[in-house]
Amino acid sequence: MKGVLESLIRGLGNGSVYALLALGFVIIYKATRVISFAQPAFMIAGAVAVSYLAGTVGFYPAVLLATLLVAGLALGIERVAIRPMVGRPVFVVAIITLGVDVVVRVVVNGFIGLDVRQVGDPWGLRPVEFAGLAVQQRWVAMFLTTAVLVALLFAFFRYTRYGLAMRAAAFDQETALAQGVSVGTVFALSWGLAGGLAAIAGTFVGTGQGVDQLTWIIALKALPAIIVGGLDSLGGAVIGGLVVGVVESLVQSYQGDLAPWLGQNFAIVTPYAVMLLVLLVRPYGLFGTPEVERV
Amino acid sequence: MTTTRTGPDSEPRGTGGDAGAAEPGAEPAARGARRDRGAPGARRARRPRGRPLLYTSYAQDMALLDTRAKKVWLGVLLGVAVLFSGLPDDLLILLAGAYVAAIGAIGLNIVTGYAGQVSLGHAFFIAIGAYTAAAISGDPGGRVLGFGITSMLVWLPAAGLAAALAGVVVAPLAARLRGLYLAIVTLGLVFLGEHVFKEWDHLTGGPGVGRPAAVPELFGLRFDVDSALGTRAQSLYMLMLVLLAVFAVAARNLARSRIGRAFSAIRDRDIAAEVIGVPLTRYKTLAFAISSFYAGCAGALMYTITGFFDPGSFNLLMSVQFIAMVLIGGVATVSGSIAGALFITLLPRLTQELPALLPFVSADTTQTPNVFQIQVALYGLLIVLFLVFEPRGLFGIWVRVRAYWKSWPFSY
Repeated sequence: MKGVLESLIRGLGNGSVYALLALGFVIIYKATRVISFAQPAFMIAGAVAVSYLAGTVGFYPAVLLATLLVAGLALGIERVAIRPMVGRPVFVVAIITLGVDVVVRVVVNGFIGLDVRQVGDPWGLRPVEFAGLAVQQRWVAMFLTTAVLVALLFAFFRYTRYGLAMRAAAFDQETALAQGVSVGTVFALSWGLAGGLAAIAGTFVGTGQGVDQLTWIIALKALPAIIVGGLDSLGGAVIGGLVVGVVESLVQSYQGDLAPWLGQNFAIVTPYAVMLLVLLVRPYGLFGTPEVERV
Repeated sequence: MTTTRTGPDSEPRGTGGDAGAAEPGAEPAARGARRDRGAPGARRARRPRGRPLLYTSYAQDMALLDTRAKKVWLGVLLGVAVLFSGLPDDLLILLAGAYVAAIGAIGLNIVTGYAGQVSLGHAFFIAIGAYTAAAISGDPGGRVLGFGITSMLVWLPAAGLAAALAGVVVAPLAARLRGLYLAIVTLGLVFLGEHVFKEWDHLTGGPGVGRPAAVPELFGLRFDVDSALGTRAQSLYMLMLVLLAVFAVAARNLARSRIGRAFSAIRDRDIAAEVIGVPLTRYKTLAFAISSFYAGCAGALMYTITGFFDPGSFNLLMSVQFIAMVLIGGVATVSGSIAGALFITLLPRLTQELPALLPFVSADTTQTPNVFQIQVALYGLLIVLFLVFEPRGLFGIWVRVRAYWKSWPFSY
């Protein structure tokens, strides 16, 4: 039982990182109807920026600076590569983001080099005793940070002017435009938010084991998370991320004993297996809106 | 769709400008010709001299090569490709690889270009083909699974069919999903496949070890050794060239058939397609099956050139490369797929020359602006630039060049 609970908490910690990434995907999707495959690049860019800045300004200011930096980068990319494509098929734009991802990652890999970079976080792999359970501090930090960020985001969408504009544009772009919402600003804001969230997620991914050239693959686990939660649901993204994290963690702990025939490291691909299972039952994810089309 | 075909005016011609250039006078003649179509012994209508774009019969309009220019160009290109067999061996090997990649790219174009179903899972189907072929032709007493049947007549169709079967298995899930949901699910397929291939080391040899690829042998002739046919590189090159020609013609033929039109209808608007009587699930399944068949054959052939392969190679990057071939070449064109495959496969060779031209680029992989980084960045950059500036790809550039010279010296 103790093992299950510890595994569960590790899952919630990692899952909240996936949730942050998934939120980025969903925010961009709701604003522009495009899945941005550039999120892995933003995530890794954030982690690398923190690893460079933490030495001079300290960890927490470095996270803030890196978040702003990556949000700025995302804004720039949106303006240069995505804005000219407004009105083109979403598939085309999605593939452009794939291209952007490849380019940004090559540049960032140049900064990583061949060794593992540490982000200089104060937690490391140290555990904290919590009700008799050995829990790593970073999992607690991940979970709490995500909870705060999600609350802030929901407040932003609920109570601010720009949040309202983003909801309106997501609901119906043309009508929003007719009511005076600047849809271009909404696009830019969504990319900026997604970039910033990815940077924070990247920092958390880098805590503990550090960042190397293959770390970006972790960001792709947010894709099953958004599919499980439903592409256009912010709450779904958070829940999807947590579900993916918990399932992955439980499989990692117990699959070796219960189902060794699945092979080593099956945990790495469980998110995709969960995604396929959910899609068999619900093609639009748990909380997604079924697409209704007028002929 | 019923068996009665629509008139020539509604034919989708892949040739862009030609459709607009058809004379209004062609209409009554075409109608007349259509009435006799199918009559026993009906003579093929001849085209009036000096009117290369005037179609006087349905058969002409539906022809694979509907203008003389196309026939001439195809002949010239094939001739040049055959003459290329005199090139140095390292270039021949590179080109042979490009031709195999072209077969795979044509396959991806069938499902993504013609039928409009975005697939990021091409690497998975390629892997299935590669392993089926390698297992069938492998050494029965070896370290990895093998059945010792080295004839290409057996392992090539088997590889295609195994991959097609995988496509059919995936299709019920894929047919329910649209657009980007489908792209992500096929992406998941690549990750699950990679895991299975890495774990199943009796078949694949395991990561970092790999296994020998299929043996290209036909009627007792080995293509992967120096023989009476020529050097190893020459015989592989000619084999791949012939196979590419076969697969390309088959795809072009498919595109103009009932099935090809059903695919286009689904791509353009799936609901409208269903309303006019195209069974969506059946045709989406078919698109996946045919595309996977091409992928399986390409996978089986791809590693006969290097002779050895590793389960780690069937990753997301491979899928992205194939998407890049299709997009850079031209969506829903066979010639574009071939051009795109040549371009992407030859790109590393071109970037190798960069250090000589640009002194700040290093050939050493430990330096930061090195050749490999630039090559990967170029994939991404080219995808972005092509989609922003020339969405029809290399094929679109060709159409523009052709249109320019057709109306020269006038601008339109």
